[in-house]
Amino acid sequence: MRLFELRDISRNFGAIQALTKVNLKIDAGEVLGLMGDNGAGKSTLIKIMAGNFPPSGGEIWLKGEKVEFQNPKDARKKGIEVVYQDLALCDNLTAAENVFLGREAKIRFGPFSFIHYAAMFREAARHFAELKSETRPRDLVRQMSGGQRQAVAIARTRLSNPDIVLMDEPTAAISVRQVAEVLDLIRRLRDQGIAVILISHRMPDVFAVCDHVSVMRRGKVVADKPIGQTSPEEVTGLITGAIETA
Amino acid sequence: MSVAIEQVTSQRERGPLRAIFISQPFWVTVALIVICLVMGGVSNVFFTEDNFFNVTRNYAFIGILALGMTAVIITKGIDLSVGSVVGVSGIATAMVLYAGHSVWAGIAAGLLTSLACGLVNGVLIAYLNLSSFIVTLGMYAVARSLAQVLSENHMIYQFGPDEKLFTRIGGGTTFGLANPFIILLVLTIIFMIALRYTAWGRWVYAVGGNEHAARLTGVPVNRVKLSVYLLSGLMSGITAVLLVGWQGAAINAMGTGYELRAIASSVIGGTDLMGGSGGAYGAFIGAALIEVIRNSLLLAGVDANWEGTFVGLFIVLAVLLSKFRGMRSG
Repeated sequence: MRLFELRDISRNFGAIQALTKVNLKIDAGEVLGLMGDNGAGKSTLIKIMAGNFPPSGGEIWLKGEKVEFQNPKDARKKGIEVVYQDLALCDNLTAAENVFLGREAKIRFGPFSFIHYAAMFREAARHFAELKSETRPRDLVRQMSGGQRQAVAIARTRLSNPDIVLMDEPTAAISVRQVAEVLDLIRRLRDQGIAVILISHRMPDVFAVCDHVSVMRRGKVVADKPIGQTSPEEVTGLITGAIETA
Repeated sequence: MSVAIEQVTSQRERGPLRAIFISQPFWVTVALIVICLVMGGVSNVFFTEDNFFNVTRNYAFIGILALGMTAVIITKGIDLSVGSVVGVSGIATAMVLYAGHSVWAGIAAGLLTSLACGLVNGVLIAYLNLSSFIVTLGMYAVARSLAQVLSENHMIYQFGPDEKLFTRIGGGTTFGLANPFIILLVLTIIFMIALRYTAWGRWVYAVGGNEHAARLTGVPVNRVKLSVYLLSGLMSGITAVLLVGWQGAAINAMGTGYELRAIASSVIGGTDLMGGSGGAYGAFIGAALIEVIRNSLLLAGVDANWEGTFVGLFIVLAVLLSKFRGMRSG
């Protein structure tokens, strides 16, 4: 049974056809690279998978079941988590508070419930250790490096134990050393049986961690290949349109 | 490898002691103690029981307003209407009492009036996405004008059958402390716990830190924003009830200029006008510092009109200080 599949997904905004019959599939423990130029339809596709808006046509299948998302909460409930490009972190809170933001661990005293900091620090530390990231739960996110911030954003997705993690340009704005850190984080997720969809502009990153690569151009998927059967040159050609399809 | 990571994850950048030393409320507390010691040496009146009683009672009103203001400012908002809401709520309380109703009806009238003002502010800001500065500036004018309309520009100083009880609430003492000060202490503790140890409190900071992120992670941003304006309104209502009781009369000019002193207290106490940081103890100690400075000037025989100059200087100094701290921590 396939974990996640998009079948003939289309989306138009008025007269603009953003996506045309897009097919995409991914299994547990796989990393799929989604590449394409600006305006190719990557962001639209991500937003459909994350439940930000519905497709105009086509079907989404999850674990052998047809699903429809009304909003991001629906998608999250079904086991799809998103790491946003800007990471959606609050700089003025600690790493643990960010991981648990919106679903704080609580302890009850009569009619009142208070934040259970000890549990939050412990759990966050466990997630960071799992990700093998040297991130301190009690530190403010403001003081953290790009790689550590990614770890916080990724640890947040781990809370709900998702099947699929969508990552939008996680390596776009960080240093070379931190890129290696983030790629390691992606491998850890994969090793835990999570399917990762990596949207990226950076060819070396995609070839370093992905099992499959799908290339989009002008709202269509023009290629879907195992990483071993393609090359950076071919993918570049596909992105720019020098190569029609593969 | 994993042992090493667990060692790291159990540490933190700032130990508890260091966190205290770089916090603004700590240094404001130090400044307050220094001023008190100097004044104690210079004036033989400063450390008397009477003066302590007066100072704590005087600043309790601003302190209570500053607590609500702090919650608002942490969400990156501002509430310019608190002084005017004190005015209209005080008039509402006084009118209900004057009409012969019980003290509880009077208090309820004051608190409900203030909550209604907070509700209007909150709905316009949270759900219609209007700027807090503009909305509360509007309420600043509307609430003051309503106070004038309702009171028909008369002073109300007869509070019906429960007059004695009512004036004792605002003007009386408990354990030798002025009632308003006791209420400030209780509210400060409640705000400290709520901001630090409840999910609501964390959400208030999250909204001020990165509203977009808070929304994406499922924080009910609109409700959190509404809640802080309701709270700020409620604090104005409590202040109004206490103030009318203590003064024994309600006039429609009551609370004029309080919004600035409340904002000053929050900012001096370390609350960042850009949102995301600050705390209840800061509001408490910031308000205390302002009142002690005022009191010291009076005792030193300085013209009381200098108060504004000193308060203004302290606000700018406080903001300057937090800017330098911000530069150091990155």
